[in-house]
Amino acid sequence: MIDPQQHLAPDLLSPEVKQEANRMGFGRGLLEAAHKDKDIVALCADLTISTKMDDFAKSYPERFVEVGIAEQNLVTVAAGMALAGKTPFVSSYAAFSPGRNWEQIRTTICLNQTNVKIVGSHAGVSVGPDGATHQMLEDIALMRVLPNMTVVVPADAVEAAKATIVLASHKGPAYLRLAREKSPVITTDKSPFSLSKAQVLRAGTDLTIVACGALVYQALVAAEALSKQGIEAEVINAAVVKPLDTITIVASAKKTGAVLTAEEAQVAGGLGGAVAETLADHHPVPMSRIGLLDHFGESGTPAELMEHFGLTAPHITAKAQELIKRK
Amino acid sequence: MTHKQLELQANEIREDIIKMLVEAGSGHSAGPLGLADIFTALYFEVMEHRPKQPEWPGRDRLVLSNGHTVPVRYATMARAGYFPVSELKTLRKFGSRLQGHPERVRLPGLETTSGPLGSGLSQAAGMALALRMDGSRGRVYCITGDGELDEGNIWEGAMFAAAKKLTNLTVIVDRNNIQIDGPTERVMPLGDVAQKFAAFGWHVIEIDGHNMDAIISACNLAKAIVERPTVIIAHTIPGKGVDYMQYDYHWHGYFANVPGAPPAADQARIALHELRTLGGQIRSEHE
Repeated sequence: MIDPQQHLAPDLLSPEVKQEANRMGFGRGLLEAAHKDKDIVALCADLTISTKMDDFAKSYPERFVEVGIAEQNLVTVAAGMALAGKTPFVSSYAAFSPGRNWEQIRTTICLNQTNVKIVGSHAGVSVGPDGATHQMLEDIALMRVLPNMTVVVPADAVEAAKATIVLASHKGPAYLRLAREKSPVITTDKSPFSLSKAQVLRAGTDLTIVACGALVYQALVAAEALSKQGIEAEVINAAVVKPLDTITIVASAKKTGAVLTAEEAQVAGGLGGAVAETLADHHPVPMSRIGLLDHFGESGTPAELMEHFGLTAPHITAKAQELIKRK
Repeated sequence: MTHKQLELQANEIREDIIKMLVEAGSGHSAGPLGLADIFTALYFEVMEHRPKQPEWPGRDRLVLSNGHTVPVRYATMARAGYFPVSELKTLRKFGSRLQGHPERVRLPGLETTSGPLGSGLSQAAGMALALRMDGSRGRVYCITGDGELDEGNIWEGAMFAAAKKLTNLTVIVDRNNIQIDGPTERVMPLGDVAQKFAAFGWHVIEIDGHNMDAIISACNLAKAIVERPTVIIAHTIPGKGVDYMQYDYHWHGYFANVPGAPPAADQARIALHELRTLGGQIRSEHE
């Protein structure tokens, strides 16, 4: 059952659960962090409203920097501002930042240890009709491989706000991954969030589901369906993909003996890759990984695409049933 | 220092560069030699800075965008008092603070990490913008190569700095006309660099990058320009001071035993003799 200490939304499994895009949470979190810290600045590459920097830009025009359609400039200007004492948040679509400017992020932010927060919005296939060019799927892998980088994929809008506030006071490079589409709001203001801890949302004994982003909700729904069949799944929200909470994940694998991962990204190098590496090092168990399997996305409605790529609760349920047979 | 003394200081830095590269066994030769006068002018005359307090908040900042020329910066910083001159011989060696390309976190005073070309101008612009937000009077200087102007990131930064009217930013382009594959105008013609920057909204000054008076007065003039950032296009001679290196793109430099490697021991002796005698004009004190 769901851990009451997690203070999740009471109606999270009802069809009436509140829905909000997690980028909205980022916008609120940025504004709240900016109220407290005058050194926070925000830079955007011609996508101010859709990446939800507009409220910040209105409230703090003197701390908002428009750089135009120039993502390499976006992160290098930010690195320079960080070197002069600022805490820059930079936003664009994830396909462009960190998609286009990876080397600048590597050299001027990660190796250089500058305090820049990269916000990649519109990640994943749920971007929908825009098609494969705009559906960023490789960003987790690209950012996770960089030394000194922290990678956060919040489960919903409330967690996105919390993550933004925490990252604002965390010294060092960070990547925050956001989505365009609305998704169920499953956490509340009271739910715990920490850069050093994955959250066990639901305790179970038969298998572990480790998920991030919008797939956390799908995992909880799948766990409920599995429970009705007598299979108790432990559900872990690994919003912090790096540094991955090895202790929590390994302890769960030892208890359940099987691990399923779920993400809206390339599994190779993504959360699935990270969990597989950790378990290979510490406690190998049968695994199955849900996400994009060496594929690009395509145009369609978000619902069609999530269904097509198996990023839904029924698919998680089916994969879990297969997986426990391999124990 | 008088300008004559600055010229002699620049020559001593050139000797340091040759010795460092020979000791390291790899590294770039031509660019650092060509920039010695500009670095000397910046560190010994133009910039406000405190060698014993590299993080002093009121300092002017120097971003080296073409990080491969860093031997000239290390040598100049050592001569200016940031660290002992004896440390120069650790260049490119394991455990050294003097990495092959500059790493900010290892050596205080470097301001940033660079090597991959094209990203320094934007960082300098970011610093200049942040300093202006804070009401600081500090200025930001940025040195770029000319081959480096092939990079798109440079022109994104050039557009940005003009749009934000960063008058506290001075960029110095080392116009030595060479890059690794050959002369810049053959590899990827830059054409009229001055017109290009002017069209982007910059104040442009062109100088002889080995004329100490010209370097210093251009930097001073830049402080008086309003509404626009300034670019100083400094025409320099790659390999300046060492006759057999001058103008030859093969000395741009890369690794030992291939064209463009640092000078071998006998070549280095010739180079040092030339530098110490100012090209045969005076007697060397060392020989």
